[in-house]
Amino acid sequence: MKKIFFVLLCVFVAITSSFLSACGKNKEELIFYNWQDYIDPDVVDMFTEETGISVIIEPFDTNESMYIKVKNTGGYDVILPSDYMVQRMVNDGLLEKLDMSKIPNYSHIDDNFKNLYFDPANEYFVPYMWGTVGILYDSTRVYEPIDSWEALWDERYEGEIFMYNSVRDAMTAPLKMLGYSVNTLDAGELDEAAALLIEQKPLVKAYLGEPVKDKMIGGEGIMAVMYSGDAQFCQFENENLVYTIPKEGSNIFVDGLVIPKTAPNKENAMKFIDFLCRPEIAALNSEYLGYSTANRSALELIDPELMENPIFWATDEEIARCEFFEDLGDFRDDFDRVWSEVLIGN
Amino acid sequence: MRNKWISGPYLVWMALFIIIPLFLTGYYAFTDTDGAFTMAGFSRAFEPMYLSVLLNSIRIAAISTAICLLLGYPVAYILSRPEFAGKSTLFFLFAVPMWMNYLLRTYSWMSILETNGILNSLLAFLRLPKIDILYTDSAVILGMVYNFLPFMILPIHTALAKIDYSLVESAQDLGANPVTVFKRVVLPLSVPGVVSGITMVFMPAVTTFIIPSLLGGGQYMLIGNLIENQFLTAYDWNFGAALSLILMAVIILSMMIVLRVDKDNEGGTLI
Repeated sequence: MKKIFFVLLCVFVAITSSFLSACGKNKEELIFYNWQDYIDPDVVDMFTEETGISVIIEPFDTNESMYIKVKNTGGYDVILPSDYMVQRMVNDGLLEKLDMSKIPNYSHIDDNFKNLYFDPANEYFVPYMWGTVGILYDSTRVYEPIDSWEALWDERYEGEIFMYNSVRDAMTAPLKMLGYSVNTLDAGELDEAAALLIEQKPLVKAYLGEPVKDKMIGGEGIMAVMYSGDAQFCQFENENLVYTIPKEGSNIFVDGLVIPKTAPNKENAMKFIDFLCRPEIAALNSEYLGYSTANRSALELIDPELMENPIFWATDEEIARCEFFEDLGDFRDDFDRVWSEVLIGN
Repeated sequence: MRNKWISGPYLVWMALFIIIPLFLTGYYAFTDTDGAFTMAGFSRAFEPMYLSVLLNSIRIAAISTAICLLLGYPVAYILSRPEFAGKSTLFFLFAVPMWMNYLLRTYSWMSILETNGILNSLLAFLRLPKIDILYTDSAVILGMVYNFLPFMILPIHTALAKIDYSLVESAQDLGANPVTVFKRVVLPLSVPGVVSGITMVFMPAVTTFIIPSLLGGGQYMLIGNLIENQFLTAYDWNFGAALSLILMAVIILSMMIVLRVDKDNEGGTLI
């Protein structure tokens, strides 16, 4: 019975997608499923000029929504997920093993980002950028410099706080404040964290994703939970903004390039990944985005002033108090459930 | 009989894009992740937490529909008066914003309503107090009224324009004052337009998820957002499909109530 429905679904999808893909055949192309604004457009143009392969970028806004798209529809050649989501995709058998002989520039990748827990043999994942999650705040409007997640629960900032609207990032603040791991598998700890978020709700101006950058640049709020690279980008535009990795600890992440099993243009995908690993390209990208590159050789090419900026390059001490996300397995549903409760509660 | 094949393309279209998707929704709604029959999605939807989302969505949509009716009826009435000269200009002004994508228009409201946005800059310039309504109920309702108002005006206008003006004249000849003419002749004859106006505003208002997510800032979820979440982030298509079916039932039910009221007024006979 279930099969029939899947056949129907496939027919439906096939017919709708054939309408879309009828145009633009016979041309070398590559479909890159990337976060919004997460690559320097000049870099893409350079790749197309050099190889004749045109790159179509499709944006996603959370790892979770990306996963569902990839699992249910194919067609992407290169994807840029974060660590814990790579773990889930590998476990679900969605990813193609990379042919490292076609990615010689992989040698430039920093050893710190090789052999990570989700890809111990470096078979699936080519690191791209890394960063942390912290608080970006307007230094002209806070009562004292902020160094703790507790600032997000400070009633003096009522209506001036932006939270990040994706489940793992939102749960990081309360879990760390309570001294728990961001990868907790304990229902009691999770409920405590969710209760804190519900308590915080009257103080929150909005739960946003990507648009929070514009809001902070425009002075629409005093503080926001943000990724370090985005914080760097905001600081380029508004120098009153300061980024901090709270003392209770936080999340460190590394995003990287993977190729799904369903990719139609695998050869082009390898070429693209190799291109992005060239030190000069990685440096360009990193300077444009404000994210720290995972490419060791690129560091020498980056503007030294930027390298000294604490947002751009977190200290060892800061990194030491951060932990990677790990895939939660079935406990994911519990995270989703409490997160819905937070958003729905009045 | 001979011309039956003309409807062929539409039947194919309907099968592909209405019947099959509806079947799939039904299938997911009544199964769990392993494909076994279950009603779990429905019982979960009636837990207090999710029920409050549904009720809140109906409340917000009903308020927006009521405001659209209050604003839209007089405009439609003026537009339908034969002596009104600025008709084509006014119609043009209604149509122009609709040439633009509604997502874009909703985005613009965001920059208008922001704390340091266009509206507040203007108020500050005039030395008036600021208003901060972005990310509240009011902003969501404003967005809905703004986007859906034309769907209220046009059907009411059509109904009013169809009224035989000699009926109004006879009422006047028989000594009815303007208020009575409106109450006893114009209003009852325009009920079909009002009914389709309410339908056409309430339906998109109760299902929208873009307006609350842009103007409500994710602060509170409406049913549309809840469904979107189940499909896009929580990956619980079964629950999402169950919610969608419930929403469809709510819409059908509310339409039945509205049509019932319509019949009682005997306006329906004019359609």
